[in-house]
Amino acid sequence: MTTVTTTTTPAAPAPAGPADGEERQVRRRRRLSPGRRLPAARMLGPVLVLLLWAAASAAGLLDPGAIPAPWTVLETGARLWTEGTLADDILTSLRRAGTGFALGLTAGIVLALAAGLSRAGEALIDGSVQLNRAVPTLGLIPLFILWLGIGETFKVAIIAIVVYIPIYLNTHAALSGIDHRFVELAEVQGLSRPAFVRQVVVPGALPGFFVGLRLGVTGSWLGLVVLEQINATSGLGYMMFQAQNYGQTDVILVGLVVYGVFGLVSDTLVRLIERRVLSWRRTLSS
Amino acid sequence: MAPHAEQLTRPAVRLRGLTRSFAGRTVLDGIDLDLPAGQFTALLGHSGSGKSTLLRAVAGIDHGVAGGGTLTAPERVSVVFQDSRLLPWRRVLPNVLLGAAGGDAEERGRAALAEVGLGGRERAWPSELSGGEAQRAALARSLVREPELLLADEPFGALDALTRIRMHGLLRRLWERHRPCVLLVTHDVDEAIVLADRVLVLDRGRIGLDLAIDRPHPRSYRDPLLGEYRERLLTALGVTEDPA
Ligand SMILES: Nc1ncnc2c1ncn2[C@@H]1O[C@H](COP(=O)(O)OP(=O)(O)OP(=O)(O)O)[C@@H](O)[C@H]1O
Ligand SMILES: [Mg+2]
Repeated sequence: MTTVTTTTTPAAPAPAGPADGEERQVRRRRRLSPGRRLPAARMLGPVLVLLLWAAASAAGLLDPGAIPAPWTVLETGARLWTEGTLADDILTSLRRAGTGFALGLTAGIVLALAAGLSRAGEALIDGSVQLNRAVPTLGLIPLFILWLGIGETFKVAIIAIVVYIPIYLNTHAALSGIDHRFVELAEVQGLSRPAFVRQVVVPGALPGFFVGLRLGVTGSWLGLVVLEQINATSGLGYMMFQAQNYGQTDVILVGLVVYGVFGLVSDTLVRLIERRVLSWRRTLSS
Repeated sequence: MAPHAEQLTRPAVRLRGLTRSFAGRTVLDGIDLDLPAGQFTALLGHSGSGKSTLLRAVAGIDHGVAGGGTLTAPERVSVVFQDSRLLPWRRVLPNVLLGAAGGDAEERGRAALAEVGLGGRERAWPSELSGGEAQRAALARSLVREPELLLADEPFGALDALTRIRMHGLLRRLWERHRPCVLLVTHDVDEAIVLADRVLVLDRGRIGLDLAIDRPHPRSYRDPLLGEYRERLLTALGVTEDPA
């Protein structure tokens, strides 16, 4: 073992470095942001899991009754699709989630704008929404069934509530948290109130809105799954519920895969829109 | 008297008995002040003496601050803040055009950017500008409105010394071209002497000293004759040059 003191030049042969001990080549600091993203890196984890699953099935390590092989799930999916029931179920589920999401999104934005832009709106709306938030929305299901019947309306209503709350909360917080310095600037520049809202308040609140939007999208799928498994006569959840009664694990997995694809596609879509709209932001992930 | 001459001598800003206080503590204690149109005035004072309070009152953005007195100011007022206050979600040109009206607004915006040496940077994001460039963009934004009164609250306070000297030259040239009435708040005595034709010192809520600087422009920081003004201002500010 040799002790290296700070005054000596490194004893090890350094082919690239200059021999002069005084001049040290400047090396870039270790970067603290994670660096460039690998292309399609997000899919690496899922693909790995899929490979493990396939390998374990092929090796006979998994009970096919509990966890059927990936190809069995694919076959079942293809069969259900050609028989026409899967496409119908998917459409029904999509319509439910889509309608509920659209209503929730609209309500969330309108209420957040009303509460964020006027004191009267805030007094009327904010407290009520905070109260609404305190009650877990899925707990409202029995009440809504009594009010609206067990048809589509109550399902859409529940999904809409699940969606509007995070969108409202985040958008409202962003609207009311607008930087005071920008308000002053808008006053000085003589902006009218509509121009101020359009050019300063809304763009400034967009990052918060997108946080809420992503939570809302997730919420709409969550609501859908719960609702369809409690009481439905069509849709993906119903298909899975039936499969549970007959012990068809492969059908349940088909349903889960479709839910997963829904979630992934919608989240990617929101992410893409967000990246476009908030292109002025430079964050760690850029 | 000819109407033209009257226009020239009519004060752009007129304060009479202006008072402002925060939580019962008086910050501005009855200020009487006239700023003639087209005059370049600097306002000095200790930290906390009320310079920003006075400027914000003149700009009409001191909502909810207790106070009285009368205040008249022109219609078109621009304010330059210590930070550039560019909206991060707008590119430079749209930032400069914030609140600008009229069909030729964009043209004026481009011209203003060129004037401050930012021609070609119209499509940059504010986050891509250096501190000095951002502050020049803010100056351009204030020019687009063709202000009769330009209020600036330590506009160069966040810049390094070299950039600041450059910005002094720029501000003075812009003033010579557009001739707004300027009220420049600063804590830098040299900045005040080199730039302004009149320097006010705010002291205990009143204008403690009102000093005309009668030296030709452009002025050099090395001009020994400016030292006399510096002395008087430092004395008014209570700074005694005692090396011991
Ligand atoms: N919004 C406010 N609420 C309470 N007090 C305030 C407020 N704004 C200013 N003050 C007080 O008024 C006094 C004058 O403040 P002002 O900002 O005008 O000082 P200034 O001369 O601009 O100082 P500086 O050179 O540090 O910017 C200070 O004592 C400050 O604490
Ligand atoms: Mg100040």
